[in-house]
Amino acid sequence: MPAAVDADPRDRRRRRKRVTDEHGKHVRVWELALRYALLLAVLALTVGPFLWQLSTSLKGPTEDIFSSPPKFLPGEPTLHNYDRVAQTIPVWDYALNSLKVAAANVVTNCVGAALAGYALARLRYRGRRVATLVFILAMLVPVEGIIIAQFTTMRELGLNNTLIGVVLPGCIGAMNVLLMRNAFLNLPYEIEEAAFVDGANTWQRFLRIALPSVKGTLAVVAIFAFMGAWDDFLWPLIVLSDPDKFTLTIGLNYLHGTFANDERLVAAGTIIAVAPLIALFACLQRYFFRGVGEGAVKG
Amino acid sequence: MPSSSGTASPGKVSAGRASVVTLPTGDGDGNDGGARSVAAVARVRRQLPTSPWLFAAPGLLVVGIFILYPFVSTVVNAFTDRRTLIPGEFVGLANFRELLHDEMFWIGLRNSTLYVLGVVPALVLLPLLLALLVQKNIPGIAFFRSAFYTPVVASIVVVGLIWVWLLDERGLVNSLLEAVGVGRIGFLSDQWLLLLSAMTVTVWKGLGYYMIIYLAAFANVPRELHEAAAVDGAGAIRRFLTVTVPAVRSTMVLVGALSSVAAFKVFSEVYLMAGPDGGPAGEDTTLVMLVQRTGTGLTGRVGYASAISVVVFVVTVALMLLVLRADRKEDA
Repeated sequence: MPAAVDADPRDRRRRRKRVTDEHGKHVRVWELALRYALLLAVLALTVGPFLWQLSTSLKGPTEDIFSSPPKFLPGEPTLHNYDRVAQTIPVWDYALNSLKVAAANVVTNCVGAALAGYALARLRYRGRRVATLVFILAMLVPVEGIIIAQFTTMRELGLNNTLIGVVLPGCIGAMNVLLMRNAFLNLPYEIEEAAFVDGANTWQRFLRIALPSVKGTLAVVAIFAFMGAWDDFLWPLIVLSDPDKFTLTIGLNYLHGTFANDERLVAAGTIIAVAPLIALFACLQRYFFRGVGEGAVKG
Repeated sequence: MPSSSGTASPGKVSAGRASVVTLPTGDGDGNDGGARSVAAVARVRRQLPTSPWLFAAPGLLVVGIFILYPFVSTVVNAFTDRRTLIPGEFVGLANFRELLHDEMFWIGLRNSTLYVLGVVPALVLLPLLLALLVQKNIPGIAFFRSAFYTPVVASIVVVGLIWVWLLDERGLVNSLLEAVGVGRIGFLSDQWLLLLSAMTVTVWKGLGYYMIIYLAAFANVPRELHEAAAVDGAGAIRRFLTVTVPAVRSTMVLVGALSSVAAFKVFSEVYLMAGPDGGPAGEDTTLVMLVQRTGTGLTGRVGYASAISVVVFVVTVALMLLVLRADRKEDA
């Protein structure tokens, strides 16, 4: 689709009017226009559904939400549906539960993955290869396949139907450990050597020298840990049975199941669930893209 | 991703070790420094002999208890008739024999396989085209990149519910279709349309993620290659096919591997759009939905669900090997 943008080289020679991009390279006006047209089309496809959901959530009870042709803007925007969703399900409690789970997941993942990653990358001991292998193997195990056994394990520990049970299986992700390990491996040894020579012990070198140098990767781990926990659906669905302890995703599914006929309510619920994530993403997108790129390229 | 780190790690580990070993003697500043650091190494070692394991312990414990132990017990349970409240006994291959005659299992296997066939080509090609579109640094491109990534950020439940509303009998898509005179289509009531709709949602949500992976790969394609091809008179399409595609071929394989494994294990999209029972007569059930349905609850058949899980493991590993093998063949 974008390849067709400047498909015809003859056309290129005929047009002489030019603008340049930041690299000082010439961009033809019609090509630029076509590019933006395509970008806007994809924008409508990717962001449009969210905006439609937002619009639905703002439409009042008397407004027809099923009209054809559809009405994209609410006639009289109202926050009424947000009140109603809170009366129907304890949506703010669910959000709080999700927040607790996500926050715990961020802390445990950052601390646990940094410690283990440091041990794998920088410390010398018998069995280091085995320890690395354990994390690699763990990363390869498909979570969907072991979910029932995780559930029985959790029951044996007496932790099913608790938020701790929701957090534990993913509280130190093998993938995050390996990400941190790669980050520590890429640090130059010289600074640590100096501290080593000055007699700093392992803990001091880790905390004062190595850790501050991998803040970027740590931020990536934190973001992914937050999103992973906030978004998770299958595991909380299995481990939680008590509606009081539902996280937001499970609560939404419950809302959808119970009040499927009132789209305004479901829409308000989904906006409550997605808004914090989009805000977080908007603030941290720089780290985000770096993280995805790193994760993909280096594994 | 998993395979690359798997193969990269031994080299990196030994490289790291080598530089630690050369650390005290490699110091060229003088004899003093060298001697002192050797002593320091010895002192630090004596101080904290257990610290490496203390550092690694939390991670190893979590991964061991909640990933590796459940993996082993899944495989063991697959050969028992364990239920939620009953420990169960060894039954040999009985579960697997039962699978062969279980209609629901074949439906699940069919749908999960169809999912791979439907989703993977789209997720290998469309994000590549999208990456081409956002590659050039024109004004405002950062905004478009972030905006295209939004569906990745949104949780799958939100995405599922948004699309349920969009594709509803009276939803936006049908309103638009009616307005242009096509008429309303029951996307969520027909067995096949429902599966197709779920695939569309999976592709829609995955586009941005794989787009970024391709962008990262583009960054490694030497600019000179494009310029040389342009000088030789190659048009854009030709340059795409002869320069870009070969350069990102290994990334395409990676995307193929990641997306096929994920597609085979699909749960949330179909569960949300078709409902817990898997749509009309359960015809849209996928394998992981079947695992969840059979293995949970007070009467859950843990042993039988584990047997289905084992099938999921085997197919996932087979898919990975298949994709990687295809990659190697093209190299030869």
